Amino acid sequence: MSCCAGDIAEELGSQDYRETSRREEYLHSGHELKSGNTKYVFSVANVHCGSCINIIEKQLRKQTGITSARVNLTLKQLDLEVDKNADILKIVDQLEKLGYPPTPVDLGDLSEFKQEQQSAKLIRALAVAGFAAANIMLLSVSVWSGADGETRKLFELVSALIAIPAISYSGQVFFRSAYSALRFGHLNMDVPISLAIILSLFMSLYETFYGSGEAYFDAGVMLLFFLLIGRYLDQKMREKARNSVFALSKIAAKGANRILPDGQLTYIPIDQVKPGMTMRIFPGDRTPVDGVMVSGQTDLDRSLVNGESDTHAPKIGEEIEAGVLNLTGAIDIKASKPADQSFLSEVSKMLEAAENSRMTYVSLADRMAKIYAPVVHIFALVAFLIWFFLVGETWYTSLNIAISVLIITCPCALGLAVPVTNVIAANQLFKNGILMRDGTALERAAEIIKIAFDKTGTLTFGTPKLAENEIENLGVKTKSYLEALTSRSSHPASKAIANELHDVVHTDVSDIRELAGFGVEGIVDGKVIRLGRASWVSEIASGETKSSEDKISYAIEGNPLVQFSLHETLRTDALKAQRYFDANNIEAEILSGDGQQAVAKVAQHLGINEWKAGLKPADKHAHLQNLESKNIPTMMVGDGLNDAPSLAAAHVSMAPASACEVGRQAADFIFTNDSLNAVPYTISTAQKAKRIIKQNFGIAIAYNTIAIPLAFLGFITPLIAAIAMSASSIIVVLNSLRLSLHDMKEVETELSK
Amino acid sequence: MNLILLLLPVALLLGFLGLCAFFWSLKSGQYDDPEGAAQRILNDD
Repeated sequence: MSCCAGDIAEELGSQDYRETSRREEYLHSGHELKSGNTKYVFSVANVHCGSCINIIEKQLRKQTGITSARVNLTLKQLDLEVDKNADILKIVDQLEKLGYPPTPVDLGDLSEFKQEQQSAKLIRALAVAGFAAANIMLLSVSVWSGADGETRKLFELVSALIAIPAISYSGQVFFRSAYSALRFGHLNMDVPISLAIILSLFMSLYETFYGSGEAYFDAGVMLLFFLLIGRYLDQKMREKARNSVFALSKIAAKGANRILPDGQLTYIPIDQVKPGMTMRIFPGDRTPVDGVMVSGQTDLDRSLVNGESDTHAPKIGEEIEAGVLNLTGAIDIKASKPADQSFLSEVSKMLEAAENSRMTYVSLADRMAKIYAPVVHIFALVAFLIWFFLVGETWYTSLNIAISVLIITCPCALGLAVPVTNVIAANQLFKNGILMRDGTALERAAEIIKIAFDKTGTLTFGTPKLAENEIENLGVKTKSYLEALTSRSSHPASKAIANELHDVVHTDVSDIRELAGFGVEGIVDGKVIRLGRASWVSEIASGETKSSEDKISYAIEGNPLVQFSLHETLRTDALKAQRYFDANNIEAEILSGDGQQAVAKVAQHLGINEWKAGLKPADKHAHLQNLESKNIPTMMVGDGLNDAPSLAAAHVSMAPASACEVGRQAADFIFTNDSLNAVPYTISTAQKAKRIIKQNFGIAIAYNTIAIPLAFLGFITPLIAAIAMSASSIIVVLNSLRLSLHDMKEVETELSK
Repeated sequence: MNLILLLLPVALLLGFLGLCAFFWSLKSGQYDDPEGAAQRILNDD
């Protein structure tokens, strides 16, 4: 094959070119500072310990042009500031060589900054409220223990001086939210909170200056403090989840290598791709837009796009979807649609629509608040009316009682119950390699009665494995030739074979080259050896060829053909997970884009009766929407681009970390280890968390049934309010802490029973 | 009573200083990377 020499020369030339397109990509991610320096933020997933920090920072300091380099271990990020002399590609190469491949974080489209400010605001509000609560409490203790006359007046005055600025600063979080709720005619939990805080402040001020009754400064500020703790934990958990997901993200195809009419290659941003342009796709790249194959030869990995587990060799003139991974050879495709109409963006649009519809999920706490907030208001109003009109008290005493009703019923325990439980559950999941993206995901996961799995990459590993013992029986020589051939190829089949070769003596095989769409060949002792497609390998093999096309073949020139069969391997613990679903009455089902046979095999092996094969993304999406409309809460577990819309449409969803970026973005949970145990563990943690939240609500209600009558009768003093509020909050937090005892082992022992 | 008039502002001032110190530490990024900070102690350079 004389054409191959040309191919190789072209590959070499393109190496330089790839360099520039890569540089372009990294340069785009930079952010110019006022000083003329450029700031880069990289997400570095491999940073995990103190010496990682040391290695990276020390090595980078040696490079020219770096003004500052700082690793953030918590966020797994590298902040880099470089001047004009720096070569960003060199820095990236250096990092890759050290084993820390960096992923640029686009500073432009980062909403991160805003979020960061949100949590900073909350912690400041929390600190002020904490300071005020502690100091006012000290003063209040002396009032309760008998300070009288002028001393008492002074203490109340000082309390007022602390409380006014503290409430007007820290309370804004609640006031704003209450205001916007009222403006749209809603009632949320923040309305009674704001009312209680503001009313208690004014009432206490009145007391301090004109009255002789009790001042509630401590109760108001303490309420604020407790509730802010809940808010802060909630915000922090969301941020942590988002960051850990972000650390996993890889570069998506943001640009394309366009071939100009004169044959030159240029790198253009993806949104400038127009139909009719010719694009070159190098091995290892994903196709940026939908297109028609023009020239070249390769194998495509379409598992993330349509769930197909076998690689596919495209023919000239064939349609190729965006997002397909090119494995072996460079190909040229002619764009058939602009980027915003490609398969990829159609999936994204479906995804958006599905996500919007899910926004309607109302969390347990919000549902609770919907009942709770009006009830609290009505109670307070009724208390005022009774005391004013029926008992005939002054408006002042009546209002005082109404306020004490508001304060005592205010949802301290409720405000803490949900976030504390969620934070502990998220930590617990995180320890077991599961990332949670959303607080309400736990509640949704606890409700499911059905679970739908994608097959390729989810129930099975995305990479195929060799059937057992096929390699073992081969001779030492054959093994060493195989080792030489497979080590040069990135084809999944080669990797599968290489994985099975152990303790192999290294032999030199010359002229090894990979022929896209066919396989790998090399020369040893003057003879050609080939590994790959049966029809191609049998060209050199001897004897009759009763070869089957779907097996991987190998032969030495003039010798008979040897064949290997590849098959998909189930993810670790898939059977165990299935047992868990059976035991807990969760119906499992497989939704796959792969062929009938492959799906049936896996389904049979796992004992799953319901399965569908050959589904398109829209079919899966429709299926899950259908389930949702029938009120069957379903969890979707999937990894591919084709799963993304259904991940978003499902009641709750999970994706392995190996999933495509869109899939990870759409899923509520992401599990990072190979074992499918993550799914039952998530479900059982969610159920346990839900039980604890319900118990906490129970505690809060029990507390209220005792406290509200007391408040109604006017027995509540600031001292009782302070004790009751703290006690209920502490009980709720302690109850939530029980969740941290729930670990993976518990689920496993439940299964082995 | 006179003692209280002296002690009260002193106590509040100390507490306020603590609050300011916390804000300063927050602003200077000391809570940006708690895990990294713990590990950095062990690096000798």
